[in-house]
Amino acid sequence: MYGEPTADGWRAWDPGRSKLGGMFELGFQTGLSGGETVLYLGAASGTTVSHVADFAGPTYAVEFAPRPARDLVEAAEPRDRLFPLLKDARTPTRYAHVVESDVDAIVQDVATRGQAEVAVRNARFLADDGRLLLAIKARSEDVTAAPEAVFESALDRLREAYEILETRRLDRFHEDHLGVVATPK
Amino acid sequence: MTDTDDSAGWFAGGTSASAEAAGDESALRARIADGEADAPRDWPHLAVESGFADSRADYYDRLHEASVAATREAVRERERADDKQLVHAVRAMDDCERTANELAERAAEWAGSLFDEAEPGIEGARAVAEREPDGELERRAVSLSARVADLAAERDALAETIDRIAPAVAPNLAEMAGPELAARLIALAGGLESLAKKPSGTVQVLGAEDALFAHLSGRAPSPKHGIIYTHEYVRNTRPEDRGSASRALAGKLTLAARVDHYSGERRETLHAELRERMATIRARAEEGKDDDRSGGDADAEGDV
Ligand SMILES: C[S@@+](CC[C@H](N)C(=O)[O-])C[C@H]1O[C@@H](n2cnc3c(N)ncnc32)[C@H](O)[C@@H]1O
Repeated sequence: MYGEPTADGWRAWDPGRSKLGGMFELGFQTGLSGGETVLYLGAASGTTVSHVADFAGPTYAVEFAPRPARDLVEAAEPRDRLFPLLKDARTPTRYAHVVESDVDAIVQDVATRGQAEVAVRNARFLADDGRLLLAIKARSEDVTAAPEAVFESALDRLREAYEILETRRLDRFHEDHLGVVATPK
Repeated sequence: MTDTDDSAGWFAGGTSASAEAAGDESALRARIADGEADAPRDWPHLAVESGFADSRADYYDRLHEASVAATREAVRERERADDKQLVHAVRAMDDCERTANELAERAAEWAGSLFDEAEPGIEGARAVAEREPDGELERRAVSLSARVADLAAERDALAETIDRIAPAVAPNLAEMAGPELAARLIALAGGLESLAKKPSGTVQVLGAEDALFAHLSGRAPSPKHGIIYTHEYVRNTRPEDRGSASRALAGKLTLAARVDHYSGERRETLHAELRERMATIRARAEEGKDDDRSGGDADAEGDV
């Protein structure tokens, strides 16, 4: 066990670069304390997910763009419980044969249109008492709409599969982002 | 699939680690890349039960090995596919353009014999395509012009696609050369990897063998530049400094292609260095110096 990640595990994270780091810094109840099984959607080159894998348990990292995924593979190689997957988070059936059921947490930072939809489709992986730690980027949904309106409609979609536990703007670290903690309904 | 069935798991059909054959490992990687399941299951548990792994820890070790290898392979494949797609797109764009222009001539000639105000070129064909034809011959001539307009529109659509995908395939090269020239260089070399492996002197004259540039290279005993002539840094540099400019540009383009192929990360220093070098070369013109160095190697520091 690594204890509360607020101690040492995530000190190295830059809350200005990592949405999850920002959520920790703002005091979100992430439910992560070490050893959890995690599904991470939108892993990019692996900056944040490699920190997650260092204090959590088995960590599945999904990224669909080949270029960042190349670095993700390099980040995963020395971490024996980090599993990189070149997959599209919108089609979970393409990785449901690899990712196990009842994970403790889904971390999602995809920053593309349809972020709530991605979270809903991936709810199938989460344990009943598991948590979704989601960063929604307003501008990825609609550059012209007011962020509040974008967040509201995203939350409406989320509520079809989740109970929302906590929401807070991440603006101190990430402009026009909403942090969400939710649990399956 | 039922609840007692593990056949959807990525490891299904795989044997235990001790019995594994080399072929098994690649089959497992292929399953990770191409497999599917309707719903996730407790795969670690099922894998131990089926005898694939000795324990959960053993299962995770094998998953780690297989997922790293499978994803590395998938990334390579996708990137290879992407630069090949770019090559197809740029060649198709050129074919559309050439064919459209050729056909436009024929269409204009024909339209000119039927309508008074027929203009030449693609624009003329677009105008003719809008006409209401009268009789069979006009119908054919108008229809031919419509094909020209369609081909020109396809050319433009291909250009947009190239603008979009070139920065993903080669971020540094596309930023330095612009998406279209980046795509052309990749196409002339036959792929990003072969471009990355060419010496900068070769990159400098890539495309000079083209008919399009024959008249340019014909002016000098050896060509100073190939397709990179279309770059603003070469074209808009005064003639006596163009050799230096194309050498500097080719040097940095070569490095950009290498960074794109081997790491894929944006490298700001490359772009800054080229900007500085170009500022120096162009300052010569302002200072009124007219030392022609284009034949010599006095400033070949752009070479790699
Ligand atoms: C903002 S970045 C993630 C940064 C990363 N979470 C970190 O903190 O290090 C978003 C990533 O999500 C990826 N992405 C977007 N849509 C996706 C999808 N449908 N499936 C998988 N990955 C996706 C993008 O390619 C990009 O790399």
